[in-house]
Amino acid sequence: MSARDEVLRRVREAVGSTGGTTPPPRAYRTSGDLPAGSSELDDLLVERIEDYRATVQRTGGSDEEIVVAVRSVLGSLGVTSVVCPPAVAAHFLAPNGDQESGIDSRAENAGPVRIVADDGSLDADTLDGIDAVVTGSAVAIAETGTIVLDGGPTCGRRAITLVPDIHVCVVRPDQVVQTVPEALARLDPARPLTFISGPSATSDIELSRVEGVHGPRTLVVILARS
Amino acid sequence: MSGGRGQTFLGMPRAGHPGPTADTAVGHLQGERDFPTAARDALSDSQLRRNLGHATATIRAKRASVVGEVPDWEALRDAGSAIKTDTMARLPELLEQLETEVTARGGVVHWARDAAEANAIVTRLVKQTGETEVVKVKSMATQEIGLNEALEDAGITAYETDLAELIVQLGHDAPSHILVPAIHRGRSEIREIFLREMPNVDPAITDDPRALAEAARGYLRRRFLRAKVAISGANFAVADTGTLVVLESEGNGRMCLTLPETLITVMGIEKLVPTWRDLEVFLQLLPRSSTGERMNPYTSAWTGVHSTEGVPDGPQTFHLVLLDNGRTAALADELGRTALHCIRCSACLNVCPVYERTGGHAYGSVYPGPIGAVLSPQLTGITGGDEPNDSLPFASSLCGACYQVCPVKIDIPSILVQLRAEHVEARKARSKVPTAEAVAMAAAAWTMGDEGRFAKAGRAARMGSPMIRRGRVRVPLPPPLSGWTASRDVPSPPPETFREWWAHRDQSDASEARA
Repeated sequence: MSARDEVLRRVREAVGSTGGTTPPPRAYRTSGDLPAGSSELDDLLVERIEDYRATVQRTGGSDEEIVVAVRSVLGSLGVTSVVCPPAVAAHFLAPNGDQESGIDSRAENAGPVRIVADDGSLDADTLDGIDAVVTGSAVAIAETGTIVLDGGPTCGRRAITLVPDIHVCVVRPDQVVQTVPEALARLDPARPLTFISGPSATSDIELSRVEGVHGPRTLVVILARS
Repeated sequence: MSGGRGQTFLGMPRAGHPGPTADTAVGHLQGERDFPTAARDALSDSQLRRNLGHATATIRAKRASVVGEVPDWEALRDAGSAIKTDTMARLPELLEQLETEVTARGGVVHWARDAAEANAIVTRLVKQTGETEVVKVKSMATQEIGLNEALEDAGITAYETDLAELIVQLGHDAPSHILVPAIHRGRSEIREIFLREMPNVDPAITDDPRALAEAARGYLRRRFLRAKVAISGANFAVADTGTLVVLESEGNGRMCLTLPETLITVMGIEKLVPTWRDLEVFLQLLPRSSTGERMNPYTSAWTGVHSTEGVPDGPQTFHLVLLDNGRTAALADELGRTALHCIRCSACLNVCPVYERTGGHAYGSVYPGPIGAVLSPQLTGITGGDEPNDSLPFASSLCGACYQVCPVKIDIPSILVQLRAEHVEARKARSKVPTAEAVAMAAAAWTMGDEGRFAKAGRAARMGSPMIRRGRVRVPLPPPLSGWTASRDVPSPPPETFREWWAHRDQSDASEARA
C-alpha cells in the first residue's frame, strides 16, 4: 500500500464513527461598524500602523498628489534608487515617462532618483543594491494596521517588496476595510498574498519587540484620500 | 474516565485500528528523562527561572491587552473550535481535496507515514536539486521529525533562519518554547553565543536586542540571497483552494518562501482548514494569542506555483509533504483528538505555572507545556511503563489556565486526566504485581467501605501523630511510602477524630438540654 493510501486509510478508520458534521457558528463580526470611506476608519488605520513604528503620510487622492507624496518620502529618506512594478513606475513615479532622472523640485531634499521598473529579470543581488521599493496595495485592514499585497499590477512580484530596505506603499481610499473578514472576502487566494503589519520585527530576545530584521526595516504607508 | 480506552499498549493502535504511534527513536517527540527528573535540574537553575519569569510575564500582559480589545473574542474562539472539530471529522475528504488543489496549481504532494519516511522524502528532494545547503523557516513539524539531523547525515547543511532557532542552532541547544524557542536564553547569553559561533561578528557588540538582531541580519543576508532550496512548515493549509499559509515576524519566512527556486513544505495532516473563509477566524486568533500582536508583521499565503503578470513569482518548484507520525493514533479518540486542533500559538505555555518554573526542556519533546503534555504522549503512545512521555500527563496542577487562554478551546485539563487514567490502566494491564498506588487505593476503598473499619483507621492514624513534626515524618518511611512523602508534607493527625468529636459533642448537647 502506498504511503498516501496508508495514511488516508488510517485517517478514515480513526474518524470513521464521527458521523455528520454541523457548519461552524459564525457569531463573530464579519464587518466593522465604521462607515466605509469615513475619516474614523482612516484614523484607526493610521493609529494601528503607527503602533508598529511604521510611518503614515496622508495625501490627497489624485495621481498628482500621490506622486508628490511618494517623491517627498523618497527624498526625505535619502533614497537614490527605487524599484517598482511597471504600472507604479508609470503612475506614481514618472507620470511623464521620465524614468531615469526623476528630479522633483516640489519635494524637499530630492536628489536624482534612479527608477527601475521591474520586468521580472532582476535577481536578488540586484534588488539588494536598490534602496527602496514603491508599490500600491490590494487591501488595508484598519483594526490590525495591515496592508495586503496580491501580486497585482501595482503590487508587483513578491521579491521586489522584500529585498530593498525601504518599502513605500500607497493605499487608495477604496482599499481600506475595518476587519480581517472583510479583507479576506476581497482577496483572491489564487494569487500570492503578503500581509504586512509594520516593518520586519522580532520578539525572540527576551520577548521584547525590535523592529528591523530581514524584511524591509522601514515601512512608509501613503494613505491617499480625497 | 478511560471509558473504552483501557486497552492501550506500546506500539498498538488505539480503538478503531488507526495508525501506529510515532517511533520515539526518530526525531524529538520524547526526551531521555521523565518530567520530574528533568524538572529538578531546571528548578535549580536560577538564571533560567529569571529568564522564563520575565519572558512569560511580558507575553502574558501583551496577550491580555490585545485580546481584551476584541469585542467578539469568545465568538471567534467558538468558531475556531467548531471549525477544527469539523476539520477532524472530515479529514479524509479534506486531505484529498487539498492534494487535488495543490496539484492543480503546480505543486507536488507527498505523504509520509512517519518521521523517517518524511526525512527520506525531503532528503531525496533536496538531493535532486544538486544543492548541499538549504535555508529553513522555523517549523515545529521539521523539529519533531529531526529533519536537520537527517539532512546532516546526508551531507546537507540546514540553516535555521528564525532568530530564536538560529540562537538554538548556534548554541547547540534544544528549543524550549513553541513560539520563542530560545526563551530560556537571556540577552547576555545570546551575545556570548553569537561571539563564539558567528563569523565576522563585531567583538564590541553589545547585548542590546537591536544589535543582536542586526548581527543575525548580517549573518543570514547572503544565505538568503543565494539560497536555491528552502524548507518550511505551515501554519494552515486551506483545503478548498490549496493555499498554504505561514505567519512570521522577521521576514526570514518571506525570504525562504520567495527567493529560492525550490520550496519544500512539511506539514502535519491536522493543519488543515476547510475553506479560505475559515482563515478569517484563525488570522485573528493566532497572532493575538501568540505574540500578543494585533497582527504579526508578515503573513505569506501561496497556492502552488505562481506567476505574476506572466512573470514567475517565487519558487517554481513546490513540494508539500503531509505527515502522519502518530497523528492518526491521536485522532482515534474523540477527546484526545482535540489536541490536534492546536494552532501552535503557545498561549498555554505562557500562562502555565508549571512551564513558567521548569521551562520547555523538562518536557523532553519539541512540544512543551500544557499542549505538549497532551500532544506528545498521544503521538508516541501511553505505554503504562516508565517511558518519559508517560510522565507528561502528570506535569500539571490542573489549574485550567491553559484551557481559558486556548484560542481553539482545547480542554487540556480533561485530556490530561484522561491520559492519566489511560496510563494507570495500561500499567495495570502490563504488570501482574499491582503498583503501590493501586494497593493504596484498594486499601483505602476497603477501609472506607465499612463504618467500623473507617472509625478504627481514624483512631489508628491519631496514634501516628508523635511520628510527624511540622509536616515531616520523623522516621523515614519505607518504600513505597517514602515516594509519597519525599515531596509532600504529611498533615498532623488531629488530637481526636471527627467521629470522636461528634459523639462527644452529642453528649454535651444532651447534658445541656437536661440542665
